[in-house]
Order: sequence, then structure tokens, then C-alpha cells
Amino acid sequence: MGRFIRDYPTEFRLAIVLVALCVFLSLASDSFLTLGNLTSLLNNNSVNLIWAAGLLVVLIAGGIDISFAVAASVVQYVAVYVFSAIGGGNWAIGFLVAGGLGLALGFVNAALIHLFRITSIVVTIATFNAFFGLLMFITSGKYLYNLPDWWTGRVILFEQQAADGTWAELTLPVAVMAVALVATWVLIRYTTTGRQLYAFGDNPEGARRVGINIGRMQFIAFGWCGMMAGIAGLMQAHIVQEVVPNALIGRELDVLAAVVLGGARLGGGRGSVLGCVLGVLLVAVTQNGLNLLGISPFAFKMVVGAIILIAISTSNLKFGAIAGIGRGRH
Amino acid sequence: MIWQDLALFPEMSVAENIAFETLVGGVPRLISYRALRDRAAAALARLGVDLDLEARLNTLPIAARQLVAIARALVSDARLIFMDEPTASLTQSETDALLEVVRTLSARGVAVVFVSHRLAEVLEISSRVTVLRDGKLVGVYQTEGMSQSRLTELMTGKFFDTVVHAQDKSHHRPVLEVERLTRKGEYEDVSLTIRAGEVVGLTGLIGAGRTELGHTLFGMTRADSGTIRLDGKPLALRSNRDAVAAGIAYVSEDRLALGLVQPQSIADNMVISVLPRISDPSGLISRGRKRDLVGKWLKSLAIKIGRPEDAVSTLSGGNQQRVVLAKWLATEPKVLVLDAPTVGVDVGARAGIFAIVRQLAEQGLAILLISDEVPEVYFNADRVLHMAAGRIVHEYDPRRIDLRAMEEAVYG
Repeated sequence: MGRFIRDYPTEFRLAIVLVALCVFLSLASDSFLTLGNLTSLLNNNSVNLIWAAGLLVVLIAGGIDISFAVAASVVQYVAVYVFSAIGGGNWAIGFLVAGGLGLALGFVNAALIHLFRITSIVVTIATFNAFFGLLMFITSGKYLYNLPDWWTGRVILFEQQAADGTWAELTLPVAVMAVALVATWVLIRYTTTGRQLYAFGDNPEGARRVGINIGRMQFIAFGWCGMMAGIAGLMQAHIVQEVVPNALIGRELDVLAAVVLGGARLGGGRGSVLGCVLGVLLVAVTQNGLNLLGISPFAFKMVVGAIILIAISTSNLKFGAIAGIGRGRH
Repeated sequence: MIWQDLALFPEMSVAENIAFETLVGGVPRLISYRALRDRAAAALARLGVDLDLEARLNTLPIAARQLVAIARALVSDARLIFMDEPTASLTQSETDALLEVVRTLSARGVAVVFVSHRLAEVLEISSRVTVLRDGKLVGVYQTEGMSQSRLTELMTGKFFDTVVHAQDKSHHRPVLEVERLTRKGEYEDVSLTIRAGEVVGLTGLIGAGRTELGHTLFGMTRADSGTIRLDGKPLALRSNRDAVAAGIAYVSEDRLALGLVQPQSIADNMVISVLPRISDPSGLISRGRKRDLVGKWLKSLAIKIGRPEDAVSTLSGGNQQRVVLAKWLATEPKVLVLDAPTVGVDVGARAGIFAIVRQLAEQGLAILLISDEVPEVYFNADRVLHMAAGRIVHEYDPRRIDLRAMEEAVYG
């Protein structure tokens, strides 16, 4: 436990804050600590968490990607036409197509970054605009409702009726999110590739000197992020049962903020799946709580902004000393 | 290969840093942290050092990171280890420990190339010395029978006399008077006086509180008790801006990181401390005043540069140090605190820097010279204060003690 606190100070603090918040909300509102509310929290945040898993890998490798939410929109749109061209498809083909298209868009980012040595923020600002501009230009902003039935049909993994007659249920996106998180966790924690990603983000020159293939790192990081973006796009269309070209734009900053809140460092070398999950959940629970307490939704963004500011600025205080470690990092 | 600037991963554990080679190459695969730790532990055992394998590297001191870098070389069964200035950022005792490790390695049949400009340790550790000067081979010599002054001569092509420059300046006017200065956990009950034109050396082991005292004199930290007087008037420094205004300049220990803005031009670096003075009444920087000021200091400190517009990073260590000096001298200080002014500067350039320091003293500046290299203060200061565990324990007159005795007293 002491080791966990020392090695993952951000995650530890976040967990405490999240638990405290949950305790407060379950006392302040009758409807917070109900199975129905908790499962809908998970259902509603699965898309963000899949994105977060992808973005985490890019941040660890020292990059940043703000094009992924727009990339997900592109994937959704193209996927609709692919499915209609092949006469329908099914979930297996769906994941393959969405993951593959996302991967390809991620590779576009990686190729630009690696071949032209442009910093990732500049490249992804450019592709963010290019992807979105092309999509809006070609589609003229048209909505698509003619999705195949397998795509829009609800897949319920678990359901239970509460005493008041409401249903609590977990749906397919939650399972996909769990797989995405576990896969990312195994990748970054237990594979040679993952450790190389950390090393590359931590000290790029040092990584080059120990013989890490830098180009490969960029393609893996941005490819992973793109693939997750594609899969998240598939899930989001599944949930809303339509494809709207400008539905996802803007979500990238929410996800980025939550992942950074979870301890991933802009600049690379630090971040964990646990922190990522805690970061997204903290923001989600806060919004959920404000909602249940009947506070104006217009206040949500303001409160989330304040949480992020407080979390980031207090992370430089020496909480290590309080936890009995004696010495804070600088 | 062990690089001077450490090709390690600060956010990763000691074990991963040491055994990183096993994570590179081949097909992507799952890793075993146990195998990684065993591998790292074996390498550390061969070095005969004990480190927490799970600790994050950036929580360790530089000296321990140096050991991690060496252990990494051992993991790959290196038979030749090339160390490029491994002691550049180490203190005396850490250096001794590192040299011990090098001896262990060579006793086990590992060939070591040890690149350094610290001549004492070169003579201590090597069996043969290769001297390079301006990129050309001067010669290869057996260490036995080689002396430091002979080596210096070979390196620089000049003969530097090692003369004690100390003079009695007790009749000069006191400029900086420090009385019973205490800051808990850093230094205690420190009293000292620096007179006009006097160079006072302050030496001692790392952690003795020298740099901390320097920080307080420069207003960057505040003492818990005690007084500082400048020209007889009590001084209350709330920040280093106050110190600069009062006439105290401080050349920091970490010149490259803290003293200079590397990518900016030489001229911009020099005038950064005196921007208001070179501005015209409208608040804009006057090009003419800037050029005059830069020209004056380039000339008086004999700084070798291409053009004043070139980036500071294009200069050698010795010339960079002179630019830092110029920056502070431009503030026209009464007191100059020099903290380890020769770290990362080669022997030839060191002599040049000390010549400047003595010249400044002759012009009436009061100088506090902080250094953990006893010979530096011995040869260049008028008096030497020895600091240990936060207190000034002794004052030496270099004219009355020989270097060996002072070194033994300080290094223990």
C-alpha cells in the first residue's frame, strides 16, 4: 500500500477524492447510490473511457492528439457506406472496419509527425481541421439514419428491475470499454512495446540511444489512439442510433482534461490506466451529482474546470509528507 | 557507453533502467518484472552497490543515477566501458565511491576509458593517460611518474604556476558583514566579513550549507535569525531583486540551467540583469546603450565570441562562465558571490576565470568564492572559511598552511 501511494500519488489522491465525493453524494441524494444510476454512469461514459485509453498511450509516448474525436466521426460516416456496400455486415466486421479505419487515421498523424518531424500538437490540430473540414464538405452535414439493424439494436449484458420498477442495465459499450482498458493496461504495463513507449516519452534521446525504433513508437501510439477512436465511434453511433457528422467535435478536450487529471503528464513518460479511469469517473460523477442535486447544467463546465484547476495545482503540494513518506517530489 | 548527460529514464524504476536492454529488440513480447529485477540485482551486486530496485529514478541523487548507468552497461556484459565525464556533477565523496567502482570493474577484467578534466582523479584511477588538445593527440603516457602540473602543461600547452595569491587585507573597509546568521536545517550561527577588494573562499563538503548560505545572501531565502550588513547598514532582503538593487550579485552553481538562457544571444544574456538601465525614457531598449555595454564587458573580460548575436550555446564552458560574470558585473555590484564557478570548465579556462576574479577584487569588489575544490580557494582566496554541517568551523590563511594539510582538514 505504501509503495502504491509512493509510486502512484496522483491516482491515490484521485481515488480518495472520488470516494469522498461518492460518499457525499449518496448522503445528499437518494438516487445517487442506486444500481440504476451507477450502471447508467458506466453506460454513458464508456465512449469517453475508450477514447481515454487510446489518448493515454499517446500521452505516455510524449505526444498529444486532439484529432481523435473528429476521427471517430469520420470513421462512423465511412463505416455506414462500407456496410451498405458489402450488404450489411455484422459486429465482427463492424469492429474490424471501425478499428481499421481508425488505425489508418492514426497512422496519418504518425506519418506526418515522424516523416516531417512536426510536433504532434501542430499535426493533430491540422488533421483535426482537415478531417472535420473534409467530412463536412463531402457530407454537407447530412445526418445518416439508415444504419444496419445489428448496429443499432441494443445489446444488454445485464439487467435488473429495481423495486420502483425502473431498470438497471449494462450494455455492450461497457463490455467494449472494459476490453479496451484491459488491453491498454496489458500493452503499456506488461509488454516490451509498452515499456518502450514510456521510455520514449520520458527521454526520447535516451530511448534512441538504447536502440528503440522511434518511428515505430509514433505509429504504435497514434495507431492505438486511432483504433480506439474508431471503436469509440462505432459504440457512440450504436448508442444514439444515428450518425451526425458534427456530434463528436469538442469532446476531445473533455477527454484530454480527464486523462491529464488522472495523472498522465503532458510531455510523456507518466500515466496509468487506473488514473485514466479515475479521471474520467471523477468528472462524470461530479456532473452526475450536480444533476441529481438539481444544479443548473450551465454550471457543469465551470465546476469541471474548477476541479481540474484544483487537482492540478494541488498536485504540486507535498502530499507525500501527509501520507507518511516524508519527502515530496519536485 | 556511459554518457555524460545520462541517457536514463527518470520516470522509470531503477530495475527497468538497469535492465532496459532486455526490453529492446526482437518481437514485441510480454515482460516479467521478476526477471527484470533479478537481472538488475545481479548487475548491482557485481558493482557492489545497493539500491532500491523499485525506486523511481528521479527520486535518486545524481551519484546514484550514475551507478545505475554503469550497472546498465554491465547488464549487456560490456567488456569496454566508455565513461564520458562521469564525475562532472558529483561531489568528492561520491567521486571516491565511483572511482572505487571503476577499480572493482577493472579488477574483473573490464576495460574502462575514463574521460575527465579533473586531473587528480585521472591520475588516481588510470594506468595510462591519453592527452588531447584542440582535437589533436598530444601523446599517451604511463600514469606512473606523471604529475598534475605536467599533465596540465601537456593539456594546455602552457605552464600554469600554482601560486598562493592571498594577501592581508584586514585594513580594508568591510563591505559585507554577516553576524550569527541561522536558517534551521541549512546553516547555523554563521558570522563572516568580506572587505573591499578581498576574495574570501568558502569550502567544505557538499551539504555543508555553503550554497544555502549563498542563497540567503542573495535574498532567495530568508534567515531565521542573525543580521546582514552592507557598507555598515543593516540589510533586509525580501527577494533577489532587493539583493541586486543593494549591490549583491550571485553567480549560480548550475550555470548552464540557471545562469543563462542558452538559445538566446550572447548580448541578450549579458543585458538581461540591467534592462531598465539600457532602456530609453519611453521604456524601450536602446540599441546603442546595449551595444556599448556589451562591447565594454566583452573587452574587459576577454570573452571570445563570433558575434554578440550568436546564441550562448555556441560558446565553450569557460566563455559561457564569463558571459554569466558579465551579466552580473553589469549590475555594478559591491559584493559578488561565486558558487562553484569552474564546474564544467577546463583547466586552461579556469585559470582565466580566476585571473578575472582577482582583477575584480583589485578594483574593490568584495568576493565570496564558494567551491568544493580546495585547491581553487587555496590558490585564489585571501582567506578560506571551512564550513561543515552548517557551521563555519575554521578559518585558514593560505600563506600559513600547505595545500595538503588544508585538503585533509576539509575532505577528512
